[in-house]
Amino acid sequence: MSKALIQYICTVADNNLILGQRLGELCGHGPNIETDIALTNIGLDLFGQVRSYFQYAAKLEGGNSSEDTFAFLRKENEYKNVLLVEQPNTDFAYTILRQFLYDVYHIRFMEHLQQSNDETLAAIAAKGVKEVAYHARFSADWVRRLGDGTKESHRRAQQALDDLYTYTDELFHHNESELNLVNEGIAVNTAQFKSDYYQTIHAVFSEATLQVPDQKYFLKGGKKGIHSEHMGYILTEMQYMQRTYPNMQW
Amino acid sequence: MSEMEIKSLEERFNQRIANDEKIEAKDWMPEKYRKTHIRQISQHAHSEIVGMLPEGNWITRCPTLRRKVALLAKVQDEGGHGLYLYSAAETLGISREELIEQLLSGEAKYSSIFNYPALTWADMGAIGWLVDGAAIMNQVALINTSYGPYSRAMIRICKEESFHQRQGYEIMMALMNGTQDQRDMAQDALNRWWWPSLMMFGPRDAESPNTEQSMRWKLKRKTNDELRQAFVDQTVPQAELIGLRIPDDKLKWNEDRKHYDFGDIDWEEFWQVVNGHGPCNKQRLEARRKAHEEGAWVRDAAMAYAEKQSNKPLRVAV
Repeated sequence: MSKALIQYICTVADNNLILGQRLGELCGHGPNIETDIALTNIGLDLFGQVRSYFQYAAKLEGGNSSEDTFAFLRKENEYKNVLLVEQPNTDFAYTILRQFLYDVYHIRFMEHLQQSNDETLAAIAAKGVKEVAYHARFSADWVRRLGDGTKESHRRAQQALDDLYTYTDELFHHNESELNLVNEGIAVNTAQFKSDYYQTIHAVFSEATLQVPDQKYFLKGGKKGIHSEHMGYILTEMQYMQRTYPNMQW
Repeated sequence: MSEMEIKSLEERFNQRIANDEKIEAKDWMPEKYRKTHIRQISQHAHSEIVGMLPEGNWITRCPTLRRKVALLAKVQDEGGHGLYLYSAAETLGISREELIEQLLSGEAKYSSIFNYPALTWADMGAIGWLVDGAAIMNQVALINTSYGPYSRAMIRICKEESFHQRQGYEIMMALMNGTQDQRDMAQDALNRWWWPSLMMFGPRDAESPNTEQSMRWKLKRKTNDELRQAFVDQTVPQAELIGLRIPDDKLKWNEDRKHYDFGDIDWEEFWQVVNGHGPCNKQRLEARRKAHEEGAWVRDAAMAYAEKQSNKPLRVAV
């Protein structure tokens, strides 16, 4: 049970970790100071949640594990984040669309995780839900601005949506051990809010004058540890210090 | 306005500063006072924004989650300071767009220290400890400066800077308590950042033409050399406490002066970097230009959207 729980915590936390890492790349390079600060702030919230999740996982695992062994010392196929969050910061439209597609999922996920039978997870969610509500407002506002702004911003937002929509379905995938935890009332049954998720994002796209892509095929793999080619580079950078100088205190 | 009237306004203005009264945005002020303040406040704002780059360079590579969160928060604070200071400068009748244009065209200066590269994790410690430490020396004095919006900005900024300085020192302390590799990394960072930090206080007093006027306006409370000496006196014991060696063979406590004597600054290097030929001048400005140019369509979209919004119904809740 503990092993399955640790595994579950990783699938939840890794989404935040990798998305936070992507947002960290942008710090100091935003289109204006306000958006720069806001995106950094979202990254900070995500990393804050990651620390709580991994501190809990380390406690369950015991031994020499710590929040940092979870964050920095796993192999690529041991990271279980969805493919969506590892997609690059191609331009501001990609950054915002990626954020929005995740945030609308994340807020619903956190609302349900608050009801978890696992008290620690419920407490992390109760604290994080307010942060994530802000993230979703921020990214939804920007989807509207970009979609219904200028011709150029509309074109870029539509392009980003067309390219990223294919990664949304994976947010709702469960593996077998997760389903057991769902039955025990610990893990969130994401199927419960899948249709609400799509209704909400489609409503915002309609306000933003964006076309929902006519998508027949969806991409998946991250949740099983099979990532895109981007992932190796993300980890190379993120793990650089821990790999180069092993077993040190910082 | 007649010359007599201007003269009397100017006398009253000087009297108010002498009485430690604050000058506010809508008060009358001599044109030179306004221009000097725009120059100094915007230089300060530009330094905060360009200053995000060397540390931003390490956010994706921090060794632990705790350090990553702290560094992100620090760089974000700098963005906040930049925003705050641009707003303070705007009270003097210039727009943020104009100020940014001056930065990107190379017309406006920013602190030269950010034209040095951040090469190792220990540089995050050295920058916080030395660069923020030197910045505080300059800025604490400005809390009592005569221009109200700048003085109030300084109060808030100094609080955060002093937190950054402690954070930087704490990074150095952790390294010095670590392995030989870590101690070497810390010493190497100090070796590279020490002299540029001393240069942050600007040219020697004899070569600083604006000092006298700035002192009268309380835009400067101590001279460059006084501040530099205070920084050396404060920092040397901090280095010794954790076992770091200041890279200066002439550094020695002078019992008569009750100050440290220290070696000569390489003024040739100072002017080289100030005049745009330091190790990273080109890439820092290039990064700012790139962010500005690539952000243009985003800023345009936000404006266009805002204009369309006046007559629209409420939006869907997410």
